[in-house]
Amino acid sequence: MNKILLIIHREYISRVKKRSFLLTTFLVPLLFIGMYALIFYVALNNQEPITTVRVIDESGFIANKLTNTDHLLFVNTTEPVEELKSKLEKGEENTVLLIIPADVSNSQTVELYDTEKKGINTLNTIESKLSDILKSKALTEAGIDMKVLNSIKTNVTVKSKQLTVDGEKDSSVGAAIGISFGLSILIYLSLFLYGNQVMRGVIEEKSNRIIEVVISSVKPFQLMMGKIIGIGLVGVTQFVLWIILSVGMMGVAAAVIHNKIPETAITNNQQAITKENGNTASNTESYSKMQGIIESVKTVDYGLIMGCFLIYFVGGYLLYSALFAMVGSAVDSETETQQFMLPIIMPLLFTYMLSFSVLINNPHGSLAFWLSMIPFTSPIGMLVRIPFGVPAWQLILSIALLIIGFLLTTYVAARVYRIGILMYGKKASYRELIKWFKYKG
Amino acid sequence: MLTINNIVKQYAEHRALDDVSLTVEKGSIFGLLGPNGAGKTSLIRIINQITAPDSGQILLDGEILQPKHISRIGYLPEERGLYKKMQIGDQLLYLAQLKGLSKNDAKHRIKHWFEKMEMQSWWNKKVEDLSKGMQQKVQFVATVLHQPDLLILDEPFSGFDPVNADLIKREILELNRNGTTIIFSTHRMESVEELCHNIALINKSKKVLDGAVTAIKNSYRENKFKITYLSSQEVASVDGLFTIEEQQATETTTALRIKIMDGKSINRVLSYLIPLVEIQRVEELIPSIHDIFIKEVTSINAK
Repeated sequence: MNKILLIIHREYISRVKKRSFLLTTFLVPLLFIGMYALIFYVALNNQEPITTVRVIDESGFIANKLTNTDHLLFVNTTEPVEELKSKLEKGEENTVLLIIPADVSNSQTVELYDTEKKGINTLNTIESKLSDILKSKALTEAGIDMKVLNSIKTNVTVKSKQLTVDGEKDSSVGAAIGISFGLSILIYLSLFLYGNQVMRGVIEEKSNRIIEVVISSVKPFQLMMGKIIGIGLVGVTQFVLWIILSVGMMGVAAAVIHNKIPETAITNNQQAITKENGNTASNTESYSKMQGIIESVKTVDYGLIMGCFLIYFVGGYLLYSALFAMVGSAVDSETETQQFMLPIIMPLLFTYMLSFSVLINNPHGSLAFWLSMIPFTSPIGMLVRIPFGVPAWQLILSIALLIIGFLLTTYVAARVYRIGILMYGKKASYRELIKWFKYKG
Repeated sequence: MLTINNIVKQYAEHRALDDVSLTVEKGSIFGLLGPNGAGKTSLIRIINQITAPDSGQILLDGEILQPKHISRIGYLPEERGLYKKMQIGDQLLYLAQLKGLSKNDAKHRIKHWFEKMEMQSWWNKKVEDLSKGMQQKVQFVATVLHQPDLLILDEPFSGFDPVNADLIKREILELNRNGTTIIFSTHRMESVEELCHNIALINKSKKVLDGAVTAIKNSYRENKFKITYLSSQEVASVDGLFTIEEQQATETTTALRIKIMDGKSINRVLSYLIPLVEIQRVEELIPSIHDIFIKEVTSINAK
């Protein structure tokens, strides 16, 4: 067996066999799914409590038109104002007092009393209901038939379409942004995580003093590349396992949730729907919006994104882990790595930060273009742009530059590495690294 | 076996090896001696192809040293260690395979050495669970597993307790009897003087001297003797025959350190002394390699 394969094998097996690998491999998807399940659970069970709105309607035409919602229960009352206020002060929970003055049509102001700050949703709902009622009243008073009025109620959703050479296709900025976020976090974390493992591996060999035993059998370059490839494969294995496990667990979780939904959400909705017909409109409305999001998520080209993610992960990993290996070779212990780490992770960190603002707001601007071309930043820069659509020539150029980039860093890193691993007790500086790079042979 | 021709190795401002040439005979035990920082480790790393010389060449059995020779050389570095978290058996298997052994061969040989060194039960143990001495044994086995023709040991006995040092010494001698050529590198000369057939002294990047141990010692003989006699009576130097450098008397004996004049023999001195005192013991003061080394090093450093 080829020696580099032996090294890859050892690096791979020794890590995959570790308990921590198994733990993270199984726990991370569980954690994610648990988080989703928790959010789902909370959303289902911890609904906003129903707020009772006591309405004193001095105008006399509004109260009977206020329809209840899931969270608001309107109760008409004629009790004296002072009495109701004092009840509130005594700590009546989930109750507010709405006073509609007689001249509400003109003043367009009402008063709302409560003891605790109500959520903005409550205020918005009451506000929009009142304006709807007032608007309808004004329109009918102006002589417009209610039926006509209902038929011309509109609800606009912007459907964004992108013109490309292939023709018109659906696109959604929302979904693209979501995926960009996800990708930039994922690639940033994984480059950092696995690069760091390479560095720790090198330091371990150096501080264990086994390095000289090994490099009397293999070339330092073989050892470095074997380590980088072995750990990279561990990363790929972990990704693949995560995907498989997540999909599997999602399936199980979906089945469980599906069984629970009829009992709670759907019955709730149905009750709400049957109770008040006015509510159905808003329900179907939000449903169609939901479908819109799902559809827009579907428009994203997952094949392309997964492919690019893999290419940029591998390319970026090779580029950065070579640098990490170089740092590892130059120091005697992990505490000494700080001074070298910052300049190395700077470009990545910079792009990562920008990806949340500039890149997503202006994915085709010149900054975005350059960040997606420079090999040190392109793994994040380009991945963030891909969901927005990137011309093929840019993608090809960027990948080519990335390949050239990692060949270059690997060459530089290997030259420093071969000297660094044999240097003990010397405090490495940049000048020292450059000197090592220049050594012959 | 190994011919080293005019090796030069330069590290930036520091020249680690300056035109060093050596020959190591097949089947011999060769001592590479010198103080710390003399360039021994640099030379050994070049022989192991860990680093390359700036100029000069190394021949192994007449062939220019190349990567395929790695499997013929066994190297125990001064800075040695093992993977702490890896099982001993797997570790040895890995290191042997890196040297080019097949997995099966490696397994057989590891078992053989485990029996020999009485460490059969260690296969599944991790290095971190072993004592320092036990680790050294594992390290030694790792060095010789692939049955190298040339064994290079850098400070081999440092870190060994006396019992294990003895065990390792025996193993090394046995390997040598079976035809393995051995290079010792050390700054502790007394530890290898008895083992080495040939030595080379390196100081400040340059070879100071080399040759057979006995020949070197002979060439450093100064015709000095230590004579002990049973009396506290003083003896004086004799012009043209010998001079007394030191005289140490106890109540019953006196020890003389004398230097005999060139051209005169110890027999002449004795025939002069015998009528005067009763001789108990006569011993030639042959310089140890250590003395020679000190002499050479200080004389060079003084320049």
